[in-house]
Amino acid sequence: MLSGEGLWVRYGHRGPWVLRDVDVDVRPGEVVGLWGASGRGKSTLATTLAGLRTPDRGTVQVDGRPFPTAPREGPRPVQLVLQHAERAMNPRWRIRDVLAEARRAGDGEVDPADPADPAHGLVDVVWLDRRPHELSGGELQRVNLARALLARPAYVLADEISSSLDALTQALLWQRLLGEVRERGLGVLAVTHDPALLDRVADRTVVLPDRAAVDGEDGLDDGDDGGRVPRARLRPAPESRPLLPPGPGHRRIANRFTIGSRSQ
Amino acid sequence: MTSYADTAAPAPPAVTGTTRQSAPSPVDGSDAPAREALLQVEDLEISFEQYDRGLRRRTVTAVRGMSLAVHPGEVVAMVGASGAGKSLLGHAVLGMLPPNARESGRVLWRGTPVGPAARRRLAGTGTALLPQSLTHLDPTATVGAQLRRAARLAGADRRTARVRAAAALREQGLAEDVLRRHPHELSGGMGRRVLTAIALMGDPALVVADEPTPGLAPASVAAVLDRLAGIARAGSGVLLITHELDAALEVADRVVVVREGRTVETTDAGAFTGDGLRLAHPYSRALWRALPGNDFEVTAC
Repeated sequence: MLSGEGLWVRYGHRGPWVLRDVDVDVRPGEVVGLWGASGRGKSTLATTLAGLRTPDRGTVQVDGRPFPTAPREGPRPVQLVLQHAERAMNPRWRIRDVLAEARRAGDGEVDPADPADPAHGLVDVVWLDRRPHELSGGELQRVNLARALLARPAYVLADEISSSLDALTQALLWQRLLGEVRERGLGVLAVTHDPALLDRVADRTVVLPDRAAVDGEDGLDDGDDGGRVPRARLRPAPESRPLLPPGPGHRRIANRFTIGSRSQ
Repeated sequence: MTSYADTAAPAPPAVTGTTRQSAPSPVDGSDAPAREALLQVEDLEISFEQYDRGLRRRTVTAVRGMSLAVHPGEVVAMVGASGAGKSLLGHAVLGMLPPNARESGRVLWRGTPVGPAARRRLAGTGTALLPQSLTHLDPTATVGAQLRRAARLAGADRRTARVRAAAALREQGLAEDVLRRHPHELSGGMGRRVLTAIALMGDPALVVADEPTPGLAPASVAAVLDRLAGIARAGSGVLLITHELDAALEVADRVVVVREGRTVETTDAGAFTGDGLRLAHPYSRALWRALPGNDFEVTAC
């Protein structure tokens, strides 16, 4: 199980908390939807669970062991797939090299023509010698997902992977992920703002509360999804480290990521 | 390659007029022939000359046969995958293609063939682009300055520009204090309203909205679509370029489906229903069925 427990994250030492005591679990073979209006920290939670950001407080564990482990042992079992594939790969590398980077030692060449290869059905053989800018957005996102699957992960964090793609490519990416969920028990965290897509793919949905509302009585967001979906559990702020009172003076910072879902 | 009669459209932009009334009304459903198209694109093909390595040149054809028509008062959605050439068509309509682009086919404005230069002159008054992202605003200038500049470009003098800038904001439901703000002080939704105000400043007969909805929360998407429908109700034509079929269907009267640089089908929005059997082309049917609310399946086509 991939679990984040009591996660607190903020940018800088004085910024407002982006994640306040958030608990999330993803079990093998299940798809957990993560929903919330923009600015609620969905992407921050995804990068934290992927081990790309160290939480200020709280722990991330994979199958009961602290994650990420040091020293690194090959590709990580948790792979993050980002919305903008072109920002997640080296623009000067050929697709062949982009994919090869994710292979485990001893896996051999990437061969999309081989039905047993994780890239099969996602990557076309003729793309291998091209560079990222020579593929369309949809094609590049297929490469992006193939790279994550080549690492043979136990968990995939899909951060808005299809929100700038046409319906057909969206269905192709998700059918592939759902296939992996069924066949080999992959656990998936699906981050999206599209309710129709969540209805379709998620076994259950976690809603990140509005940070402003957290400071109120109930800590619930103002969405109309009352009671339908379990919410992220909230606890009062620890006494030891009092928080700045929320107020109009608190600027929300944009959650921008230029970090790649580079696998080691 | 077709040679263009590189003339301005029948309704030349009013350069010196100070009021909107002095320019010919862009939409005149009453005395114009009932269904004269504002914009007609016939077999448009766009290719680019690129230097490959050293001096070796190659030609990349991005658009290989697109046709569509937009009439006054209607929303036409152009739907297709990324890389299908949708935005290129939009840019071609506004005469905004880069210099290394070559095009063939015909573009007609109110029935008269117009070349790239004439289309560029139409941009701002006859046609307007509603861009996707807030990066199209000047980050160093206030909203007021940018609106006034748009008004000046649309032919207003200094004093009327000020009045029109404030009026344009009000029309978009924004308070006057927004005039003094810089783009980074706007929320995403406010920024889009400012972009809309700028696009509508020249009272365009045709608005080309390029991917106006991605990344927005469902409520904001509805607001943007509603605004586009409002533009059409006011009598202008709207060309909505998008990859989001379900969003497009909420406002579009007609849908043009494009694939790999070609239009594969033009149909009434109502044809996207049930199993999609009213759709003529397998690709349109596959797109429809792939929606999460439908079969969510990838069908070969």
